[in-house]
Amino acid sequence: MSEVVLIATLASILADSAPIIFAALGETLNERAGVVNLSVEGTMMLSAMIGFAAAFVLDGYGPMLFMGTDLAPYITVAAGFAAAMLAGALIALVVAFGSITLRRDQVAVGFIMTLLAIDLSSFAGVNFVRKPGPSVGHLPIPALADIPVVGPILFSQDAVTYLSFLLIIGMAVFFARTQPGLRLRGIGERPQAAFARGTNVVLMRYLYTALGGALIGFGGAAFSLHVKLGWSHRHTAGFGWVALAIVIFGGWDPLKVALGAYFFGALRAAATTLQALLPAVPVQVFPLLPFPLMILTLVIFNSDGLVRALSLLPLGPRRFLFGLLRSNPPAALGTHFRQE
Amino acid sequence: MSSLAATERQGWVGRVLLVLGPVLLALVITSGILVLAGANPQATLLKLLAGSFGTAVKRADVAVVWVSLVICTAGLLVSFTAGQWNIGMEGQIVMGAIVATWVGRQFVDISGVLERGAPLLVIAAMVAGGICGGVVWATAAGALKVLGKVHEIFAGLGLNFVASAASIYLIFGTWKQKSGGTLSGTVLLDEQLWLPTLQGLRASPYSLGLAVVVVAAVYFALRGTLWGLQLKAVGRNLRAARTLGVATHRVLFSAYAVCGACAGLAGAVLVVGVHHRLIPGISSGHGFMGILIALLSGFQALYIAPIALFFAALSIGSIALQLDLKLDSSLAGVVQGVMVLCVLLVQGVRQWRSGGSGT
Repeated sequence: MSEVVLIATLASILADSAPIIFAALGETLNERAGVVNLSVEGTMMLSAMIGFAAAFVLDGYGPMLFMGTDLAPYITVAAGFAAAMLAGALIALVVAFGSITLRRDQVAVGFIMTLLAIDLSSFAGVNFVRKPGPSVGHLPIPALADIPVVGPILFSQDAVTYLSFLLIIGMAVFFARTQPGLRLRGIGERPQAAFARGTNVVLMRYLYTALGGALIGFGGAAFSLHVKLGWSHRHTAGFGWVALAIVIFGGWDPLKVALGAYFFGALRAAATTLQALLPAVPVQVFPLLPFPLMILTLVIFNSDGLVRALSLLPLGPRRFLFGLLRSNPPAALGTHFRQE
Repeated sequence: MSSLAATERQGWVGRVLLVLGPVLLALVITSGILVLAGANPQATLLKLLAGSFGTAVKRADVAVVWVSLVICTAGLLVSFTAGQWNIGMEGQIVMGAIVATWVGRQFVDISGVLERGAPLLVIAAMVAGGICGGVVWATAAGALKVLGKVHEIFAGLGLNFVASAASIYLIFGTWKQKSGGTLSGTVLLDEQLWLPTLQGLRASPYSLGLAVVVVAAVYFALRGTLWGLQLKAVGRNLRAARTLGVATHRVLFSAYAVCGACAGLAGAVLVVGVHHRLIPGISSGHGFMGILIALLSGFQALYIAPIALFFAALSIGSIALQLDLKLDSSLAGVVQGVMVLCVLLVQGVRQWRSGGSGT
């Protein structure tokens, strides 16, 4: 692979991974608060549709509303993202209401919302299928984009990709270094103790579930307005499930979750490369391959077999790898909180 | 999962309300969605009914979907009773269809004409092969869960992805039609290998019979056998069951295997009784719909048949909707999803109001 191709590939991995970064980090947020929002697949799908539809409709009225100002394209796309975030937050609130207030099985409520949102996206999105519409514009950062190698990879992207970088750093700092971040971890680990210290566990869980849902919704819109432009039937199929798996793969740690998302992006790029090398295999198979591979990776990393394999190593590297690979879920993940 | 116990505590008036309340709520929500979509709710819902029960052909099509849903849900009841979310059912159906097709292809020539073997025996072998395919796929998910400690949702999802990639590989690769047939899918199998159907209809009395047998078997197995009791014990409290001497690993594996057998059977029936070949996405979401039906039934085998009939009717009726009213057929899934959500939430509200403790 020549240097130019390599740089272009790395840049596209960073850009294409942005939707999964938003969705996986959104889910990380609510899972650290103790709530599993299983509806990621459906939420991404519906918000991808709503994000595109909102931007598309507004774009139609654009000349009238904004009098042809330079800002019009930015406003329409931003409105699309806002609508998608709202949709994501609403779905998350249904999950929160069902699981926190009504104490239904979190997995059940999330699963129902997944199927419902997927079908709703097909039903309501039928008029937007394969229509050219607005998208996020390319935005190289002056000066920084001209740095050799690093510039074209990191700083010649669009606003959504930059935001994904900021979110990774921001969430890592939030969890590790801030008071609210510490409190959030408390309600996911020991809600009773957090309650005793005066934290309103129920309210906080609602808040973080809605916030997480909004981020997942942003990820959906990032799909239809930034990566795979437009809307088609089951536009984001499979990506939500992968985002959910990446949260576990990354051990609920923002940096490792981001690493997982980029790993999945690399798998997708590899599948495209492989396609040219294996002409005998039907082309329809290659886009499907990264999904089982990602889940397989999760399964290997998550299984007891890995622990056994690691125990064969000498103590030094074993400790290092163990710290890198293994992690425990928030202790109160998926459980119901009772005030006592 | 104890919503069931709460239902049993109320009288029949309460129970009717518990059923009707969510249905009305779902109707209101669905109507709202339809109004937003610019459709007339009354006309749409009537059309939905006419589209599913209007003619003999449509009633037979409903029966075809019903068979698939009932078999899947019966299997899921077993895994749910053992406390397992067998979300991998979709992949198990696909695997069943793949193996059934593979068996069938051993007996036909390149254009699908039967070369050797008695047709009935070949059909039986296809069904048996399909069941094996489902069992293997489900047992793999079970092994990842029981031995590898991977959550069954991810084990199942991963295996779903593998199964669908395998089916695409076969359809567009190894088993590609030489003539480049107009429809995507493998070559149509000989008509002698088709499950006999009712005159001029798509429904087969044999598959209907199979569905009834499967659901009855699950009903009695869960109710009146030691195995059923062990499943329940494992599902309620795994550790307690182990302490009491239940071979929990074996019980869990058996739950996966039986559920996979049902999925494989459903996949095989889709091949021998419906499509007569392997097509992309042959499971048509029946595994996921089965989970909804199981949730809606409160995990009671008795209620599977009527609920599956309702789901199947919606699925078939929505096709007419697409043709006549230009509304997307995914409306069926919306109605189903809203319905199950309403039932679950209304149950929750009742327990919450009565101050009872939910699960």
